[in-house]
Amino acid sequence: MKGKSATAECPACTPIDRRSFLMCALASGAALGAGELAAPAVAVPLASCAESQSDAQFTFEARFYEKLANRKIRCKLCPRECIVGDKERGYCGVRENRGGVYYTLVHSRVCAAHIDPIEKKPLFHYLPGTTAFSIATAGCNVNCKFCQNWDISQSRPEEIPAEYVSPHQAAAAALQNNCPTIAYTYSEPVVFAEYLMDTADAGHAAGVRSIVVSNGYIQHDSLVEAYGKMDAVKIDLKAFTESYYTKVVTGQLKPVLETLVTLRKMGKWTEIVYLVVPTLNDDDAEFRGLAQWVKANLGPDVPLHFTQFHPEYLLKNLPITPVPTLERAKAIADAEGLHYVYIGNVPGHPAQNTYCPQCRKMLVERVGFTASQLLIRKDSTCPFCRHKIPGIWHA
Amino acid sequence: MTDLSDQSRRNFLTQCLAGAVACGAGAALRAPAQPPPATKSCVAIARDPMLRGAGMDLDPHRLAALLDRTMLALFGSVHATATSNESILAVWRRIAGPDDTVSLKVNTLGGRGISTHVDLVAAVCDRLQRAGVHPANMIVWDRDTEEMERSGFRIAIGGDRVQCYGTDRVGYEDELSAWGSVGSRLSKILTRSSTVLINLPVLKDHDGAGVTIALKNMYGAIHNPNKYHPNGCDPYVADLNMLPEIRSRLKLVICDATAAMYEGGPGFKPEHSWKANSLLVSEDAVALDYTGWQMIEHKRAEMGLKTLEAEQRAPHYIATAADGQHRLGHCDPSRIAVVEA
Repeated sequence: MKGKSATAECPACTPIDRRSFLMCALASGAALGAGELAAPAVAVPLASCAESQSDAQFTFEARFYEKLANRKIRCKLCPRECIVGDKERGYCGVRENRGGVYYTLVHSRVCAAHIDPIEKKPLFHYLPGTTAFSIATAGCNVNCKFCQNWDISQSRPEEIPAEYVSPHQAAAAALQNNCPTIAYTYSEPVVFAEYLMDTADAGHAAGVRSIVVSNGYIQHDSLVEAYGKMDAVKIDLKAFTESYYTKVVTGQLKPVLETLVTLRKMGKWTEIVYLVVPTLNDDDAEFRGLAQWVKANLGPDVPLHFTQFHPEYLLKNLPITPVPTLERAKAIADAEGLHYVYIGNVPGHPAQNTYCPQCRKMLVERVGFTASQLLIRKDSTCPFCRHKIPGIWHA
Repeated sequence: MTDLSDQSRRNFLTQCLAGAVACGAGAALRAPAQPPPATKSCVAIARDPMLRGAGMDLDPHRLAALLDRTMLALFGSVHATATSNESILAVWRRIAGPDDTVSLKVNTLGGRGISTHVDLVAAVCDRLQRAGVHPANMIVWDRDTEEMERSGFRIAIGGDRVQCYGTDRVGYEDELSAWGSVGSRLSKILTRSSTVLINLPVLKDHDGAGVTIALKNMYGAIHNPNKYHPNGCDPYVADLNMLPEIRSRLKLVICDATAAMYEGGPGFKPEHSWKANSLLVSEDAVALDYTGWQMIEHKRAEMGLKTLEAEQRAPHYIATAADGQHRLGHCDPSRIAVVEA
């Protein structure tokens, strides 16, 4: 199992080691508490890894593609629309054309698993204080230069250790560990859409919800079909300029904005994270444009998290985001009329708490990744002024 | 002659001298980054219409002779005869010697139809051995061991013989190597087990990149080649070849154009392949790629196909590799001397 320890709330999380994961996912009925979480596991030698994995058990025909002439295919999963020749893979590295049929190579091929507080995703308006059984496969359909989990997201599946975890096994593991939610996270769930959909179905049948942490870089039809099965969605909106998406993300902004609008129309509970990278996307005008767009297209009640950047991967030359920069971003978004603007990756900052936009009283207090106080009533209203607080607050 | 195929491997092994190299052992770089290319680069091409005799299979002896002719032509020994052992050894001693560990990067993605031929690799190993390189200090490699086997290579790990396996057996470096648009983990075979790199690509069309020859063959040395196919692989191919771990080791390119593809690549499409019965050799991967590209264009014209430019998939990465930021070689035809051997 691979993955990276995170210092704060970010997609990168410490995975369970290989042995613990197997116990957790497949056998043990005991709940796995935070104290039992192991340090990042050292991968077994790749040779034995490759030998231990049967490619066939993870290989299923992909759902989102069309066949072309000369045994080529066009992937319809993400806006990239890779045209893939025989024996080649798409940009994500986890889908392969074999004789004109496109396959996902990562169905049930879990390379990272962990039990995380839901606040770590972060989802602040979704079942606070609960945990999520969080899983990932290899692969990603973009290549962010700041990725904290690049060792799994930018790898092909055969390069990293993984375990077979069927959708039903994932649902059972969540139940066994008292997690009301399965989270698809760490790498990019768009690229394991089929597994996500099947696992969400298995989870719902067992009474377990599903949430996804995603870049939102996905085609409309795939989005509706795959994320339609989710109970909540967190979208990483990397910036508010196309140039940033081109240079830093290797993707496009427009489809991500379209995803957010579609999720809104679908009625999916959605929160947005904006990683503030010094000098690259921390301009006042960009913050203002973002806030105005969110308010106009999604409404003022969508939570917006400005999170702190830490140097990683190919962006090691930049400093950590200064807290005043994050506070400036929040002030601008507040001034534009957004009701729930948070600051993330800064433990102890008061902007991690939820306040009633009407009476200004604190409703959810958070310390680190723990929701230490939840005052919102069962009917999702403020106990002080009865203002409706949007979100999914109680199971 | 060295033969890495199943049939004659035993014979070859009995000829090998004692000694071993531990896979994964550290290897010091032999030279710092290469200087800017010379004012003119040479690409030697040799053809043998009788390479396959009357049948379909390559004649290994003729192939070895073709290799010798090409190498002698490249290094200026045009007046020497192909049977002049001393001339041939002198040429190979310019590439590697007894203190070197030589990695031979083949291309086996296309299976038996369009992969670096085992007999060519065997001939190269044979000549390196005669030049003083210990057999166990030669590693024939590509990305994936199974693909190598499917292309006719017999896997060999350990012992006093030429090593032969894919990166999947030893993995990639944990640390990233980065240049320009590229950030990748490199094969440990390249970084830890070689002081000299010989690139042995094939000559073929590529639906995205235009052509795939020497420069793009290095995609098989990194963990994330799928990330570098947008925009016709430009500038990714050039940036990848700028990585010091590659650039400092690369000494020679021997392109196997015994069979080639002018359309439909990179997967093997027999209907779009032709028996070019040729080898291209150069110290300049850019010049060799440019020359190979022209061969493919010539064949495309012969077959009534549009140019790659007309199909909007010309391999612009070759020019990028030659630009002022990269200076990996020459792609200006006035600066490429094509020597017909």
